[in-house]
Amino acid sequence: MSNIDCRAHTRFGRRTIRLYTVVMAAVGAAVAFGALGGSPSSAATGHSASVNWATVTSVKAGGGMAALVAAAKKEGKLNTITLPDNWANYGTQIKEFKAKYGITVNDAIPEGSSAQEIQAIQSGRGSSTAPDVVDVGESFAVADANLFAPYKVATWSDIPAGNKAANGDWYNDYGGYVSFGCDLAVVPSCPTTWAGLEGSAYKNAVALNGVPGQAGAATGAVFAAAINNGGSLTNAQPGLTFFSTLKSDGNFNSTDCDSSSVIEAGQCPIIINWDFLNVAGAWGLPSTAKWKVVVPTGTPLGEFYAQAISKTAPDPAAARLWEEFLYSTTGQNNFLKGFARPVEQAALVKNGTIDKAAYKALPLVPGKPVLPTPAQTTAAATLIAAGWSS
Amino acid sequence: MSAATSPAAPRRRGARRIPLTWLGMLPFLLYMLVFLGAPLYVVVHGALTANGHFTLSNFSAILTQAQYLIPLKNSVILSLWTSLGPAILGLALAAAVVAGPRDGVLRRVVSSASGVFAYFAGAPLAFVWFASLGTLGVITVFFKTTLGYDLAKHFDISSQLGVGICYFYFQIPLMVIFMTPALEGLKPEWEEAARNLGATRRSYIRHVAAPVLAPSFIAAWLILFGSAFSAFATMLALDGCTQVVVPCKIYFEMSNNVLTNSIPFGLALGTEMIAVVGIVMIFYWWVQRRAGRWLR
Repeated sequence: MSNIDCRAHTRFGRRTIRLYTVVMAAVGAAVAFGALGGSPSSAATGHSASVNWATVTSVKAGGGMAALVAAAKKEGKLNTITLPDNWANYGTQIKEFKAKYGITVNDAIPEGSSAQEIQAIQSGRGSSTAPDVVDVGESFAVADANLFAPYKVATWSDIPAGNKAANGDWYNDYGGYVSFGCDLAVVPSCPTTWAGLEGSAYKNAVALNGVPGQAGAATGAVFAAAINNGGSLTNAQPGLTFFSTLKSDGNFNSTDCDSSSVIEAGQCPIIINWDFLNVAGAWGLPSTAKWKVVVPTGTPLGEFYAQAISKTAPDPAAARLWEEFLYSTTGQNNFLKGFARPVEQAALVKNGTIDKAAYKALPLVPGKPVLPTPAQTTAAATLIAAGWSS
Repeated sequence: MSAATSPAAPRRRGARRIPLTWLGMLPFLLYMLVFLGAPLYVVVHGALTANGHFTLSNFSAILTQAQYLIPLKNSVILSLWTSLGPAILGLALAAAVVAGPRDGVLRRVVSSASGVFAYFAGAPLAFVWFASLGTLGVITVFFKTTLGYDLAKHFDISSQLGVGICYFYFQIPLMVIFMTPALEGLKPEWEEAARNLGATRRSYIRHVAAPVLAPSFIAAWLILFGSAFSAFATMLALDGCTQVVVPCKIYFEMSNNVLTNSIPFGLALGTEMIAVVGIVMIFYWWVQRRAGRWLR
């Protein structure tokens, strides 16, 4: 009996193998056709006969705003990368840009990282889907400046000198300060100082957004802890010590608090994060949420993100129009409505063009803030990355 | 199928058919080249390069610096206990199921459930864990409100114990899938023969069943080890990689928001993982050959 079974099995097996061969051949053929048909068509260079927008360094040099708008509309699309809707109000920026100019905005990998944005420029060269513009951590903007096309927006002089590359390779767009976001449904009150985090009411409560050494916000949290616990812009070690104490006291919470769902599950009583990402609106929490954001008293640590146009942008005019839009009064106020502090904030306040309600809604900054240089940020991040994993 | 029971005519045209067989394999080999070979080249080449030149510095960094060695240690410890535990529990479950009637309800339920749960991992599994055993999970809340016992104070799902037990969820079914055929291969005749020769059940298990099953068990355990070693999404979703295992460290290096030059270290760690999994696979292959001797 078992012999017969065995033979039947073998025959069945052989038939399966033959079927498999046929299927694989079919799949192979499909893959081959896909590869032929799907090869990226060479990108349209997208410049008009007279102006090569890929090398234009200001709207004036390109023949004025009307010429830029016309050229951008002709390109018809803009490729952005890693701009989540609820990050510094990018959802609104994209929607208004689309409505105003009728240009499609394709945002790739909304949840990506600065490193991935840079990689996308490098690996996407010549493709029509490569990023036109990036919004990266300042250290990436400095390190990879050779990938960017210098451009100075019309409001260039309103950007403080310390917030831009002198030749226009990159320019800060918005920033914020390290803050505590507190879920008052879980903890009784929100601490207002770094020492306050060590209180006995905050057992298993203090969480981060991402991992120090990888995520900007979590690295900033450790850096700010250092500055407020005996360290400085050039010494981040006390920050690591501060967090190891929080861990040994049982106040540290290892949940990665990066979405509203973990917060609503009660897993994130206190999140240390950039203030513009930490407010209820940025998390997408319902208006009924008992959520409070405090920039702790002491020396607030600030950080700005940077804009840049890719040298190999497939839509060079749309890229430049996007920058003009972000640095217009509307664009800068949009960042403000997303609780981020626009880089031209001082000029907007001076001109009286700032959105007063949005400006008032920002968390107070108690103390004189510090802004690290890219070199200081990199040195601190290197130390924090090595120290956190070991 | 009944027609197939007549003795098949011997077909020995093997030599002629070999080239055709390879032609059938060609798409698969092409596929392997594109989706395994090319990435392998990119990873290893990148790991051996710094500023466009050949270097071993990325490897010397990952093999000497604590920030890279500790994740390796974490990975090995976590993978060991989350493969050994499920291997033993899975073997017990498979044995219990195989002991039952061949077409019994229990057996059918367990084998189809295993097929489903063995591939239920990553973010969906982490969500199930949050919803059941998290701070506000249904089980935690039930314990707190009905029994007055605060589970959250004693069991943290993002601790190593929490994540590890979560791995059991897909590891045990995986073990059942691997061990059921091996257990079925244990012929009742062997036990009858042993009993006829005076063996007790215990000595049958010790001298016949265990040695026959050992290679299969070890092979399955090695697969479980590899599965735990490479698990990433579950860890990332449950605790955001705050317990740093090697795949997490690779993620930090490859997708960094603060360090601009970390990618080569990620590639070197990737090569390290390929090496570890490669060693596991060689052992697996070697043990499998021994397993094949009896259970065929």
